[in-house]
Amino acid sequence: MAEQYRVLIGKPGLDGHDRGAKFIVRALRDAGFEVIYTGIRRTAEEIAAAAIQEDVAAVGLSSMSGAHLRLFPAVIEALNQAGAGDIPVLGGGIIPEEDVDILRQAGIQAIFTPGTPAATIIAAFTKACEEHHRRHR
Amino acid sequence: MNIQDLLGRLHAGDPRAIGRAISLVEEQSREGAALLAGLDRERIAAALLIGMTGPPGAGKSTLTGGLVRHLRDQGQRVGIVAVDPSSPLSGGAVLGDRIRMMDHALDREVVVRSMATRGRLGGLCAAAGAAARIMAASGCTTVLLETVGVGQSEMDIVRLADLTVMVLAPGFGDEIQAMKAGILEVADLIVVNKADQPGSGKLALDLAAVFARAEDRDLRLHRTVASEDQGIDTLLARIDALVQQYRKDGTLHRKREQAFTLETLDWAQALLRPKLAALAAAGLRNADPRLAAEEIIIQLQQEPQS
Ligand SMILES: Nc1nc2c(ncn2[C@@H]2O[C@H](COP(=O)(O)OP(=O)(O)O)[C@@H](O)[C@H]2O)c(=O)[nH]1
Ligand SMILES: [Mg+2]
Repeated sequence: MAEQYRVLIGKPGLDGHDRGAKFIVRALRDAGFEVIYTGIRRTAEEIAAAAIQEDVAAVGLSSMSGAHLRLFPAVIEALNQAGAGDIPVLGGGIIPEEDVDILRQAGIQAIFTPGTPAATIIAAFTKACEEHHRRHR
Repeated sequence: MNIQDLLGRLHAGDPRAIGRAISLVEEQSREGAALLAGLDRERIAAALLIGMTGPPGAGKSTLTGGLVRHLRDQGQRVGIVAVDPSSPLSGGAVLGDRIRMMDHALDREVVVRSMATRGRLGGLCAAAGAAARIMAASGCTTVLLETVGVGQSEMDIVRLADLTVMVLAPGFGDEIQAMKAGILEVADLIVVNKADQPGSGKLALDLAAVFARAEDRDLRLHRTVASEDQGIDTLLARIDALVQQYRKDGTLHRKREQAFTLETLDWAQALLRPKLAALAAAGLRNADPRLAAEEIIIQLQQEPQS
């Protein structure tokens, strides 16, 4: 890629399974992204604060616990509170079909489930970063 | 982008402004240059820049996180620039140092920025040095600069620091042997971390041998268990004592002069490279490349100043 994209992958909530998060981290790195990883069990506010300090073009969230309906919108809210509502948020994990629309309406730009191909995920992050750079750079 | 506005917010410690400012500089934009010119020189001069280096896994990030905790207890505002290598294949990078700093994520007085080396031929020191100055200009009184102690360009980064801590740990036998010869040229303090692990005593003994004088060894070789917050307070006291000494005997002044030269040269290389690349691509053929190089330098000197 011509421009270097920086993204942050966060893992909100209490579950300690970060296989999914780490898979995304590596896939994005291999696609040329600079990826900041927060580690497990972070609060929405911590993730938002880190995303702002790192000036990333997109935030990706991973949740395996089933608490995504609460946790993902909480990160959007925390970003808004901190005056960074323009940073796009994407999410993945074990997310039932019926929750996808709810999350999209809450402002999550793209939702990934265990069956989503890596190429689709990378394309979604690329699009989100491109748009953010166009608005800010 | 209004640079005056950004500078004002940065001076007031606004995290968004600090993040944006570092990006502008990292991308080598014109705005970035204007921004650097407007930073608070007094704050920059007063801030202390500490380099943390050593092999991956030795505990640099954990120790840095621990130092941050103690510096915060002293009431200091602290910056951290953590540099990790980019993958030479994809150009991407995993910047994982932040995991060990997340306990400070909600503390507005702790500013963390992760940076990738971006395989730069020139420009790495420039970017890291500028990030540290932006943090200092935002009010950070100490800035910690973490970089993996491997390649030459990474080692160059710590030469920007007022004082460098080399973090080692048992179980890195070969890497440490390779570093030992020149270790005192880069490190002001040597820390044997993971003092809770077997082999730590032997490593400390081994390293003691690099010091010619016993009193130097006692001042500059130190053991910690970063993950248990052991020995970090004494390490900080040693750092303070050494900085005092460096101020008095002129070492600090000399180091800053050298750092200035190093970063200036790095900026010059980074800024010249695109122009040189274009001239080289369009330059002489059917001659020795050495001659072609001299030719493009002449062309560069004849170009009107932009
Ligand atoms: N046993 C032990 N483990 C430590 C100590 N300090 C750090 N670690 C662990 O060593 C690993 C690497 O630490 P990290 O700070 O990421 O190292 P870095 O790559 O040098 O930044 C982590 O799992 C830490 O928890 C220590 O003093 N003792
Ligand atoms: Mg580290």
